[in-house]
Amino acid sequence: MELSGAEIVIQALKDEGVEHVFGYPGGAVLHIYDALFQQEAVRHILVRHEQGAAHAADGYARSSGKPGVALVTSGPGATNAVTGIATAYLDSIPLVVISGQVSTPVIGSDAFQEVDMVGITRPCVKHNFLVKNVHELAETIKKAFYVATTGRPGPVVIDIPKDVTDPGIKIPYRYPKAVELRSYRPESKGHRGQIKKAVDMLLTAKRPMIYSGGGVVLGNASEQLTRLTRLLGFPITNTLMGLGSYPSDDQLFVGMLGMHGTYEANMGMHECDVLIAIGARFDDRVTGKIATFCPHAKIIHIDVDPASISKTVSVDVPIVGQVKPVLEVMIELLGENNTKPDRDALDKWWKQINHWRSINCLDYDKKSDKIKPQSVIETLHDVTGGDAFVTSDVGQHQMWAAQYYKFTKPRRWINSGGLGTMGFGLPAAIGVSIANPDAQVACVTGEASILMCIQELATALQYSTPVKVINLNNRYMGMVRQWQEFSYGGRYSHSYMEALPDFIKLAESFGHVGMRIDKPEDVRPALDEAFAMKDRTVFMDFITDDSENVYPMIEAGKGQHEMRLPPGMTTKRELA
Amino acid sequence: MRHIISLLMENEAGALSRVAGLFSARNFNIESLTVAPTHDPTLSRMTIVTRGNDRVIEQITKQLNKLIDVVKLVDLTDSSFLERELMLVKIQAIGEARDEIMRLADIFRSEILDVSPTTLVVEVTGASKKLDAFLAALKKDSVLEVVRSGATGVARGDKALSI
Ligand SMILES: Cc1cc2nc3c(=O)[nH]c(=O)nc-3n(C[C@H](O)[C@H](O)[C@H](O)COP(=O)(O)OP(=O)(O)OC[C@H]3O[C@@H](n4cnc5c(N)ncnc54)[C@H](O)[C@@H]3O)c2cc1C
Ligand SMILES: Cc1ncc(C[n+]2csc(CCOP(=O)(O)OP(=O)(O)O)c2C)c(N)n1
Ligand SMILES: [Mg+2]
Repeated sequence: MELSGAEIVIQALKDEGVEHVFGYPGGAVLHIYDALFQQEAVRHILVRHEQGAAHAADGYARSSGKPGVALVTSGPGATNAVTGIATAYLDSIPLVVISGQVSTPVIGSDAFQEVDMVGITRPCVKHNFLVKNVHELAETIKKAFYVATTGRPGPVVIDIPKDVTDPGIKIPYRYPKAVELRSYRPESKGHRGQIKKAVDMLLTAKRPMIYSGGGVVLGNASEQLTRLTRLLGFPITNTLMGLGSYPSDDQLFVGMLGMHGTYEANMGMHECDVLIAIGARFDDRVTGKIATFCPHAKIIHIDVDPASISKTVSVDVPIVGQVKPVLEVMIELLGENNTKPDRDALDKWWKQINHWRSINCLDYDKKSDKIKPQSVIETLHDVTGGDAFVTSDVGQHQMWAAQYYKFTKPRRWINSGGLGTMGFGLPAAIGVSIANPDAQVACVTGEASILMCIQELATALQYSTPVKVINLNNRYMGMVRQWQEFSYGGRYSHSYMEALPDFIKLAESFGHVGMRIDKPEDVRPALDEAFAMKDRTVFMDFITDDSENVYPMIEAGKGQHEMRLPPGMTTKRELA
Repeated sequence: MRHIISLLMENEAGALSRVAGLFSARNFNIESLTVAPTHDPTLSRMTIVTRGNDRVIEQITKQLNKLIDVVKLVDLTDSSFLERELMLVKIQAIGEARDEIMRLADIFRSEILDVSPTTLVVEVTGASKKLDAFLAALKKDSVLEVVRSGATGVARGDKALSI
């Protein structure tokens, strides 16, 4: 088969099994767009801003487990995508981003719409390529997918100069079945001896904790995690990125940990004697003050990326490998081991944990005459049967979604944790909806965040992605306002959202349904009504209590055992 | 502690900037860096001199290994190794000072590469410490130019960094 560079790009995507590409055209990619036009196997979703393309591809990837693909032009198209690429990088999401580049002879001459995309993205990609020769194109695309999806996943950029896609130059095409890179051999199975050591250590525990994260979602190991946890009967906490990988409604689940985690999860971490970290990276939002992090614990850490291990916290038993096979061996070795977990010690430990739990740290005022954002999320959970895909933006609403939508399945909770990118929620939701056309998709957002990628409402109309936008409108950059209240003497510097648009009219002008809800009693009927509109995008503007804060909280510089609880709640530090 | 990390990487455009970028992005210290192709033209060998405690050095080696272009890596300072750096020094040399410098060059087993009526260019080779010592022995204001290659090194014995 003889193909041009542009046709090779499309044919390679087909051969890679790619069904959807999120993109935006421009000069440097016109040849590729022309090749796209002449086929039907790869469907192109036209976003309205290249940041949206990267986020939509990201949401697609997170919800489906398949790599997301974005296509952007050179220069401004490429730079617009960078925020989305960095977002995927920090959360280890497999993306392949194809950017156009000026023709090879003029590279470096400040040509029209030229930027050094490989240089700009170098610090926020897993790897990137500049394809200088059409003969390298097919193999490079194969390599890009291989690198993006294996080991610790991440975004890969392929920068393609326009002359490389010249429709006038046809060459024989062959897409490699597999590629090997002598410089890249991701670890997969984990060392059996280390796993055995870990099992022995787990069985000596009197106050154990399981701390699992995004790696379990990325590694499709929820089932193994659930089996191991139940086998051991240990308490388990999830990071923000791990939510849903263990069913939140299970008794062994003590909630999220970290800055806005539960009191019981953070106290459990602080008092535990053996900690097993599974696909989690000891982020500073999780550890609080490092010096007082898990002071009594021996630590086991399973991670596919050796660089994640002992990066911020030293560990005693490192296991480099994919969570799934490692947990399988762990379960097998537990079965063979004659020692069993120390039930008496565990009973005592659970008593303590339930004592911490009993303060009910996520309680909030349910009798208020203002809409409490927490209640919107709880009602959203009810109305969707706890089974929706929920994307979010960044801020207080993100934390409330994480705390109150009790996720029971992996890949349902889709948010930007590492980079914390406002503007992520809506395009990500569109990507989720494209990947899961029959699913309920909610985008929990705030009135500040939603304005950062609001243009994607047009994409939602064009492709009929029936996203329900849950705008928790508190008229503030609430998360910023909260910090200013706690740490800056209530000086609300530039965090008030003046001049907000009329979101209903705005939604309607984009061809969608708009709803404003300002009374607590209207929350449920409105959500019922919105989700009954199965094929419509509905923008729900919830006018919520503007003074509500996210609790509990580990404030900056504090340890995990020094949580600030909601006003009026007291701690229960001592043993039950 | 000072460490010398030696690595093989794909001899490709951009590989060097990935390594240099990593050091600046992650706030790692870099004292010197040298790179050139090896007898296998598809591979370059890089030598990096850096400083840090064990924790930092562990991160540096892990992060370097993580770069897709890096094929293999060794911390030479983990075992017995040879270190060589080359230095060219242009020195003001008039009158008595001229003899003094030539004597010094002799002691350091270095070579005089160029002679002008007022200057000398001396080549010194050795471990970086020896080069430092040579410079320290010179009168400060007589030094006109110092050109150092950065350290290179190789492990002693039959161990080889190869693929
Ligand atoms: C406003 C705001 C508040 C936040 N508050 C909190 C908070 O209270 N609590 C909280 O937890 N986070 C919070 N975060 C998120 C936080 O910033 C981090 O993104 C998050 O804690 C990281 O989660 P993780 O440790 O699960 O790692 P991830 O970023 O999900 O990384 C996954 C880890 O698993 C490894 N891995 C990947 N795939 C595999 C595999 N197949 N097998 C083995 N290992 C694998 C990776 O190498 C990596 O080390 C907040 C973020 C924002 C924006
Ligand atoms: C692109 C970007 N800019 C700035 C920030 C800093 N930031 C974090 S939360 C937040 C406020 C978000 O306000 P809103 O979307 O209304 O959510 P709320 O906290 O009120 O729920 C800001 C400005 C960010 N995370 N991302
Ligand atoms: Mg707000």
